[in-house]
Amino acid sequence: MAALDLIAAGFGGQGILFLGEVLAWAAVLEGKNATWLPSYGPEQRGGTATCTVVVAGGTIGSPVVADPEVLVAMNGPSLDKFAPRVRPGGLVIVDASMVDRPVARSDVRVVRVDAVAQAAALGDVRMANMVLLGALLAAVPVVSLDAVKRVLADQFPPPNEALAAANVKAVTGGMAASRGAAQPLR
Amino acid sequence: MMPAFTKGNEAIAESAIRAGLRAYFGYPVTPQSELPEYLARRLPERGGVFLQAESEIAAINMVYGAGARVMISTSGPGFSLMQEGLSYLVGAEVPCVVVDMMRGGPGLGNIAPAQGDYFQATKSAGHGDGRLLVLAPWSVQEACDLTRVAFDLADRYRNPVAILGDGLLGQMMEPVVLPAPVEPARDVAWATTGAGSGPARVITSLDLEPEALEARNRRLQEKYRRAQQEVRWEGYRLDDADVAVVAYGISARIARTAVDRARDEGVAAGLVRPITLFPFPSQAVRDVASRVRIVLVTELSAGQMVEDVRLAADGRVPVRFYGRFGGMVSTPPEILDQIEQAASEVRAA
Repeated sequence: MAALDLIAAGFGGQGILFLGEVLAWAAVLEGKNATWLPSYGPEQRGGTATCTVVVAGGTIGSPVVADPEVLVAMNGPSLDKFAPRVRPGGLVIVDASMVDRPVARSDVRVVRVDAVAQAAALGDVRMANMVLLGALLAAVPVVSLDAVKRVLADQFPPPNEALAAANVKAVTGGMAASRGAAQPLR
Repeated sequence: MMPAFTKGNEAIAESAIRAGLRAYFGYPVTPQSELPEYLARRLPERGGVFLQAESEIAAINMVYGAGARVMISTSGPGFSLMQEGLSYLVGAEVPCVVVDMMRGGPGLGNIAPAQGDYFQATKSAGHGDGRLLVLAPWSVQEACDLTRVAFDLADRYRNPVAILGDGLLGQMMEPVVLPAPVEPARDVAWATTGAGSGPARVITSLDLEPEALEARNRRLQEKYRRAQQEVRWEGYRLDDADVAVVAYGISARIARTAVDRARDEGVAAGLVRPITLFPFPSQAVRDVASRVRIVLVTELSAGQMVEDVRLAADGRVPVRFYGRFGGMVSTPPEILDQIEQAASEVRAA
């Protein structure tokens, strides 16, 4: 069975696909198996963006997930669409900067993080996705921070190493904000 | 060796280069455009020719003249445009690899994943009595591995070989271990490569005398009989199964998870996954159909491979079908529900 399956959703341009890619690639670096599935199509900035990630120790069957264990919602429409599908006992991570309504579920755990505000304080709102990744990893330590750092170093090679460092800071900031907000799933 | 983490389209492209690809001709179409995009950058670096033609029709006719290891890739609308050229390639016995990353149809349809080109790929390469050999990977790793196989089969049988994927397989990323590059030893005594002295080489599919054309067709049919030895398929949890799901490509991935969930609920389900669609693993399906109580075929189509499954099962067991299409993708809970319905159908019988 999958160690983790996740749907991340938001507006195009918020870095949804990148969030999933960093998570999946970090899992592969740690010797796990992972699938990353984008919503693809005539997508545009401000439209919808969705990605599905499955991480497992062994063979992964379906890369298509109808009932994820974890949802990362970066806007209200994504929360409305996907929150009802999260498995009971699962986890919903919400960017509280973007979504003011509550999660209408009593059988899932909810982590609310002011991701956009926190990313802005770190110097760039575009790192809100990494704040949410940090919040996810604090609640479900499916990959190590070290593996995430290696992926970010690979994604932002010199002369952009400052971007890698800033993104790592966003991840660790998200982890700190998330701690205590939810119990680890296992 | 550390795996790469890459899209199906790009894995096929890199694997093709490592299989000795010397020429690529194509025309962009979603959801396979990452494949030519990758080759446009990488193939010339490694000494090959990349050419974006003015249309799919032009591209497939360029393939006809390549002589070297050659590939073309497209999706449904482009695959339709290539049918005439593929028929010529089959008739003239010119090897090539053609990739079809299927999308919703018919017509322009949409760009979401589908499996509606099964008939077109497996039943006929364009007009006439020709066939493609057809391989159907279900993962990025297998897409990479079968690309190497496709080039080898194309050379061995002097016949076009299709890799039949779908938009989901092309777009998704998975870890993949790439094979080491090879310089293939090829018999190209047939190729019109300007070999100098010796008998003239003619590549043609034209035989005005019916006797000659019948002889050519007998040769092709004999080749397809020999190709039966290339059948590939995989079984999963079939040993004590009551319900056998038959699915290929991405549908088989979804079905595999549904089979596991069915087992968790005490339903004895298993999976038959054809890897070659032509030649179709008819004997394997027949054997499984003799052991189980019901067969469930699931595809991202209105029901195409199911016809081959029914022929193979030959009335031994009921064969149910469940399909999503038009770019809609089935999910594990949907397939689980179908497995449960199939199981209750045989319990009631």
